[in-house]
Amino acid sequence: MLEIKNLHVTVDGTEILKGIDLTLGSGEVHAIMGPNGSGKSTLSYAIAGRDGYDVTEGEILYKGKNIIAMSPEDRAAEGIFLAFQYPVEIPGVANTTFLKEAVNAVRRYRGEDELDAMQFIRVLREKVKELGISDDLLKRAVNVGFSGGEKKRNEVLQMAVLEPTLAVLDETDSGLDIDALKIVADGVNRLRGPDRTMLVITHYQRLLDYITPDTVHVLAHGKIQRTGGKDLALELEKNGYAEFADAAA
Amino acid sequence: MTNNSAPFLTLAKNAGFSDGDPGWLKAARANGSERYTDLGLPHVKLEEWKYTNLQPLGEIAYRAVCAKDGDVAIDAIPGLGDASSGGVRLVLVNGCYRADLSDTSGLPEGVRLEPLDETLRDAPDWLEQHLGRVADASTTDRALVALNAAALNTGYVLHVAEGVVVEAPIEIVSMGGYVADAVASFPRNLVVMDEGAQANVVLTHAGSAVGEYLNNSVTEISVAQNATLRLTVLQEDAMEAANLSTTFVSVARDSVFESFTLSMGGRMTRNDTHVTLDGTGAECRLDGAYLMRGRQHCDNTTRVEHRVPNTRSDEMFKGVLDDEARAVFQGKILVERDAQQSDGQMLNKTMLLSDQAEIDTKPELEIYADDVKCSHGAASGQIDETALFYLRSRGIPEAQARNLLVQSFMGQVVERIADGNLRDMIIGKIIHWLPAACYRQEEWRAE
Ligand SMILES: Nc1ncnc2c1ncn2[C@@H]1O[C@H](COP(=O)(O)OP(=O)(O)OP(=O)(O)O)[C@@H](O)[C@H]1O
Ligand SMILES: [Mg+2]
Repeated sequence: MLEIKNLHVTVDGTEILKGIDLTLGSGEVHAIMGPNGSGKSTLSYAIAGRDGYDVTEGEILYKGKNIIAMSPEDRAAEGIFLAFQYPVEIPGVANTTFLKEAVNAVRRYRGEDELDAMQFIRVLREKVKELGISDDLLKRAVNVGFSGGEKKRNEVLQMAVLEPTLAVLDETDSGLDIDALKIVADGVNRLRGPDRTMLVITHYQRLLDYITPDTVHVLAHGKIQRTGGKDLALELEKNGYAEFADAAA
Repeated sequence: MTNNSAPFLTLAKNAGFSDGDPGWLKAARANGSERYTDLGLPHVKLEEWKYTNLQPLGEIAYRAVCAKDGDVAIDAIPGLGDASSGGVRLVLVNGCYRADLSDTSGLPEGVRLEPLDETLRDAPDWLEQHLGRVADASTTDRALVALNAAALNTGYVLHVAEGVVVEAPIEIVSMGGYVADAVASFPRNLVVMDEGAQANVVLTHAGSAVGEYLNNSVTEISVAQNATLRLTVLQEDAMEAANLSTTFVSVARDSVFESFTLSMGGRMTRNDTHVTLDGTGAECRLDGAYLMRGRQHCDNTTRVEHRVPNTRSDEMFKGVLDDEARAVFQGKILVERDAQQSDGQMLNKTMLLSDQAEIDTKPELEIYADDVKCSHGAASGQIDETALFYLRSRGIPEAQARNLLVQSFMGQVVERIADGNLRDMIIGKIIHWLPAACYRQEEWRAE
């Protein structure tokens, strides 16, 4: 599903990712852990295609195709989704309008008919219920005045509505209380399936209790330093990242 | 007496005056002419005109208009359509009243809406009492007001009598152009709201596409005790037009003046608004939106004077500039010594869509009272790249995402329009202004 080969990414002239190799098969869930500033969000932006995150070397293959030259909107329409670590506030644009624009943009790209207001509301209502999101949050402007946890829930709602094939979740668990964490994890698990792949970036082992990963990677100093099973997360929780401290290139 | 420093004066003096006009009117014209000769057309060395250069207009060979000028079909008159339920409409073409295009039959009792010359004929004493009260031709230091006075002959009068509440919007349409050559007009308008009166006025400026016309208007508004006037200005002039509007507003005790000015058309626009809060409890809201592209220039200059205690003003102007468009915001809030417990707010924000677009903004507070709440702010910037990426990462194509962010930006000021129909109409105009966000074509799809 996703194959990243020797990926080097430069931001504002500074090389942040220094040769990442990752292979995520269909249906797999991988977790990435790593110290602050190690390049986790940078990797997620590079996958989603953010301007200014220049790939200087290597490639990102999605469904076998190199997507490096693709616009973010085309990547999204092809099924890539990024849940932002810091969701963005868009004043004056209602959350529902935003979701509908997104869904219909993707449908247009795929040559499917757009959903009208009624059809869309039907789809939305179901997802909203599953994620325990209030009507009020839908009517309000995108993320404006949302609490930290509400913003994260809203990211998961967008994911649920867009039904991506590759989802990258950047610290979606941060700032969630324990009940919200369960709801969000349920939302993610509901999407899991043989055709979907997930890359979960987190600092906390507790999320991985709910979303069990197939593989855990440690990212430090712009490189994958270690790859292991689920138990690697437990080990990191106990020992921290001291072992990778001088792994700098 | 015409010379290069005071162009237009010959035009103004040939505005088709009648010999039978009363002495006070003739005197006002003479005073205006004299003042304008002294002051001359504003130039950029004047502080008030630092960023807006009118001198190139002085080079244009405008000619005076006469009442029958302008071949305008009724279909060409922009209307409120569904937003209007009253259907009361007064149309001026190049400043002159056009009975054939107007319909004031639905006016409620106690409301006068007519061309200036009709008021002069039917109620000369009332007119003398009100006209020039807030824009005195003999003392004004504003050249455009003096010039307008020199030409004093056309325009409209709206008078809402004591206690009369007009529910449906009153439409006033000012059309320009529709003649082969460049024309100039100098309408003088008068709006008088008597005690407890209420009205919504929608003033539209539009014109023929080719029109190189100049409209130098002066509008005098007085809002008496407990009265409310809501004014919406839709400036959609032809691309080559120059619209120089000066508006004076006097707001009395416990009364409200609210305006929203949408500026989209014209090559050169100057909206000069001067509000005095003259009675305790007086309130004014001055809002505006400007959307300019190409080489359009739009200047919003406002001055709000808090003259007595417990007065409130709230002002927000937001705009979007593309290409080489230029905008100016000069806002001044003056709080006089006696105007304690007054509240004055002012905000100007501009979104620049191109590197060549430019905004000059100068918000100012001048406060002589010590117990007041006043603040001002100004900002300009480009589209937020993070927000743009956020929208695109959800599949929304870049052009559409940019448009959404412009709408989001303008939303803050548009939301303040109380009337839902007008608000929707203005949102529609903003969306229409945005570059077409073409949806992805089939061939753009990945194979
Ligand atoms: N515009 C920029 N210019 C230079 N350096 C940048 C820029 N943006 C990010 N960086 C740096 O890139 C490094 C990686 O940042 P990134 O956000 O990817 O880290 P992270 O692993 O997601 O951290 P966290 O766990 O705190 O979210 C950091 O050192 C950061 O300061
Ligand atoms: Mg991060």
